Amino acid sequence: MTGDLIFCAGLVLLILGLAAFVVAARQPFPAVVGFVVFGLLVSIAWMCLAAPDVALTEAAIGGGVTGALLLVASAKLGDPSKRGQKMKLARGFHVLVILLCIAVSAGLIAVVLSLPERAPTLALVALDPLESTGVKNPVTAVLLAYRALDTLLETVVVLLAMVGVWSLAKDSDWAKKPAFGYSPERGGPLGLLASLLIPVGVMFCVYMVWTGSDHPGGKFQGAAILAAMGILGLVAGITSVPAVTNARLRWVLILGPTVFLVAGLMGFASAGYFLAWPPEFSKAVIVLIEVALTPSLALMLGLLVAGPPRHSSQL
Amino acid sequence: MSGLWDLLTILFVSMGVFFFVAGTVGLLRFPDSLTRLHALTKADNLGLGLIVLGLLPRVESPQDALKLLLVWALVLVASANSSQLIARKVRREES
Amino acid sequence: MNIPTIFGICASMLIGLGLYGIIIQDQVLRKLLSFNLVGTGVFLLFGVIGRRGAEGGLGGDPVVFGLVITGIVVAFSATALAVALLIRLHEETGDDTLLDEAPGEEEK
Repeated sequence: MTGDLIFCAGLVLLILGLAAFVVAARQPFPAVVGFVVFGLLVSIAWMCLAAPDVALTEAAIGGGVTGALLLVASAKLGDPSKRGQKMKLARGFHVLVILLCIAVSAGLIAVVLSLPERAPTLALVALDPLESTGVKNPVTAVLLAYRALDTLLETVVVLLAMVGVWSLAKDSDWAKKPAFGYSPERGGPLGLLASLLIPVGVMFCVYMVWTGSDHPGGKFQGAAILAAMGILGLVAGITSVPAVTNARLRWVLILGPTVFLVAGLMGFASAGYFLAWPPEFSKAVIVLIEVALTPSLALMLGLLVAGPPRHSSQL
Repeated sequence: MSGLWDLLTILFVSMGVFFFVAGTVGLLRFPDSLTRLHALTKADNLGLGLIVLGLLPRVESPQDALKLLLVWALVLVASANSSQLIARKVRREES
Repeated sequence: MNIPTIFGICASMLIGLGLYGIIIQDQVLRKLLSFNLVGTGVFLLFGVIGRRGAEGGLGGDPVVFGLVITGIVVAFSATALAVALLIRLHEETGDDTLLDEAPGEEEK
């Protein structure tokens, strides 16, 4: 038993304990807080699995932005004990559910323990054309060169989810701004934190996007940090969300996917098929797409947390 | 010579762990929110600072050392802020 | 018993725990939390398979890790849409569960 193994076993116990707490907690607010800590521990687990890009994404999006979203939700929903309804479960049904979950877990554990010795892998296949893509980080090459279609579709999916959130506004509220429902005081400790952290956060975002070509990093992590800085500015009261009808907002939102799409269509002319990058320009195109996508993605993620436009007197 | 650096690392990291354990015990055993915040600040600032100091001899380049110190500085700022906010909320709810 | 296997077991148990939470909880927000637990477990399972595919000097199979990054972002968008729907449901009906009978009639 090496030290690494003991560390990972301890981490696994902590993760499972926190997950049990999230499921079993009585009040929703401690469950959400437990979930945020769970996300941070899982990002350490990703480092144990030698995946620094995924660890960064999990910490930024899974722990940070999802945590902010769920905290806002639990604050808006308020105290559940004020509402009367509670589900009463029959004893037999409860036991059946527990047996089902144990069966699912046991089946998956059996699969994990019976995986073949020589794992089939695409690592060597991915490494071969790496030089022709111009980037040195194989995960970035996968995301933006080999499977660029997946990334394009994913960006559009996030945009559609945001439009879906916007569509939940009442017709009369359409021109209003998304609001958290409380008026933050200006100044105060959050104002100080925002004025200190936001420049640092913007610098981190630029660094992540730039270094993502050759080292772990990339636009998702950078965009998540930028979105988190925006949310910090919102709760500190130093910025406010633009109204959804704002034209500049909409232009920035579609800037990223449009650049991606246009670059992909130009691949027909330069290298023969959609989303093909000619080897001489490959790194330049990839960096251009990443730089264009970062502000759009950051806005989308921030607007997903801010929610639909609402009348600010509602909570 | 490298044995001396290793000894320093073990010493500082152990002291940092001690402060973290003390902070956790305080979190669990102190009677109310304000005293618990007091215990947590010891863990955050002092414990993390000692661990970072202990890890400094093991870095590969000066930039990594600067990154570690930046991590500590950011945690200091964030924990000072959140302690202040929690304490204000507790004080407001009491009055 | 090596590191990827330990995390494989962790991921399987996370999926079971999350499934239990989805079925048992009556508040939709708690169901969302448990759904995210299942999602994280699935991604960790992917990660285990990716880690076992380490070759050519890499730490793991980059294609699998790229898939996981895409998955994390899409899971967040789905959660955000679900939260917006939940808040709207709460505004319209004052209720944050999906039960439609009064508690008395549900006794079995």
